[in-house]
Amino acid sequence: MRFERRHIISMKDFTRDEMDYILDRATKLEPLARGGRSDLLAGKILALLFYEPSTRTRMSFETAMLRLGGGVLNLGSKEATSIVKGETLADMIRVVSTYSDAIVQRHPSEGSALMAAEFSSVPIINGGDGAGHHPTQTLLDLYTIRKESHLDNLDIAIVGDLKYGRTVHSLTYALSLYGANITLVSPPQLKMPDQIKADLKARGARVRETENLEEILDNIDVLYMTRIQKERFPDPTEYKKMAGAYKITIEHLENVRDSMIIMHPLPRVYEIDSSVDTSSHARYFEQSFYGVPIRMALLTIVMGVEV
Amino acid sequence: MSAEKELRVRPIRDGTVIDRILAGQAMNVLKILGVKGAYSDVVTMAMNVPSKELGQKDIVKIENRELEEKELDKISLISPGATINIIRDFEVADKYQVELPEMVEGMVKCINPNCISNTKEPVISKFEVKKDPVQLRCIYCENIIMENIAEHLL
Repeated sequence: MRFERRHIISMKDFTRDEMDYILDRATKLEPLARGGRSDLLAGKILALLFYEPSTRTRMSFETAMLRLGGGVLNLGSKEATSIVKGETLADMIRVVSTYSDAIVQRHPSEGSALMAAEFSSVPIINGGDGAGHHPTQTLLDLYTIRKESHLDNLDIAIVGDLKYGRTVHSLTYALSLYGANITLVSPPQLKMPDQIKADLKARGARVRETENLEEILDNIDVLYMTRIQKERFPDPTEYKKMAGAYKITIEHLENVRDSMIIMHPLPRVYEIDSSVDTSSHARYFEQSFYGVPIRMALLTIVMGVEV
Repeated sequence: MSAEKELRVRPIRDGTVIDRILAGQAMNVLKILGVKGAYSDVVTMAMNVPSKELGQKDIVKIENRELEEKELDKISLISPGATINIIRDFEVADKYQVELPEMVEGMVKCINPNCISNTKEPVISKFEVKKDPVQLRCIYCENIIMENIAEHLL
């Protein structure tokens, strides 16, 4: 499979075989992610260009690079850079790609990663482009599901903001390639756009929708919770009411399948009560950790290093 | 009724007749051609002309001008069935239907204000074109323009 020097922009660029290849590579690298040390990427430099705040994505890329013996260049705060002087992203990419072997970028404009790829002499990995794509999040979600549950014949419920959530759109796209049974749970104003649902069905996913979280809990393998942003609701009382209806507490878990796992891309706000954290179903912190082996896998792949 | 009496506009010596324009789009075709108040050559426009096939159609005749590829592409986006008649010395020298390109670059402005193509970045808008009906998909942000395409032409 040929990935060397390839840009990682959107999940739509991947076939199922390619996804499996990345997941397999992450499985191989997981022991190193857990505290090992390797020189696989010794002498390689990863540039981190984050124009927007990030905790997990930025830090897990840094961790992945350091665990593999490579180095990182960090853009740092925007105030300390030429961005305040009005430098374009295109110029920044032209320059930084001469300093590094790959670039991870997060930028507020949709399509910014694709544009960056046009100007870069090294692979661009999209760490989020506005409301666009965030492919490494999807890959770590798939890895979590494969590791902690199963990808074949999967019954998954995805809960929260299904209209604007970029994580959810990428994830459902990828799951459709595995023929998953997907239940979409959201308030009416945050339903998944029809066009995306039609695309999912066309690719072989079985999709159903509901507004009632409790009615679906007992028949799923994975419960994927997402944050509902307050800004989506002009009326604060409406938000409060809705936030309560899409919150998981330990009481909800009485009759769920023993093997059911709960995931969340984090940060969570109200969606998962802390009482759930110690239950055997919680996997969101493991999920966050799996960002490291997945990003290790991607870094070795785009930098052309065999494992 | 004789042909002479039916004829509403005189034939042109040299120029282009854009026929079978989707009814209501003639003004937009003129906009694409840059025909404004101070245009120097003869331009004739007919709107809502009865047509056996289309019901109604618009027609634009423009003298002493043959169209550029970019203009033809833009016309195809707003009226994919339009036909082009090149007139030389009162004769039809060439006749063809406009053809929808698979991709248009630098012709359309993305509807998403947060798209990278709407920033100060040195990037030209690019859209994939789908047919029946015409849909434009921004290759950067993936937003789709389906309606009022003429309003988004650059």
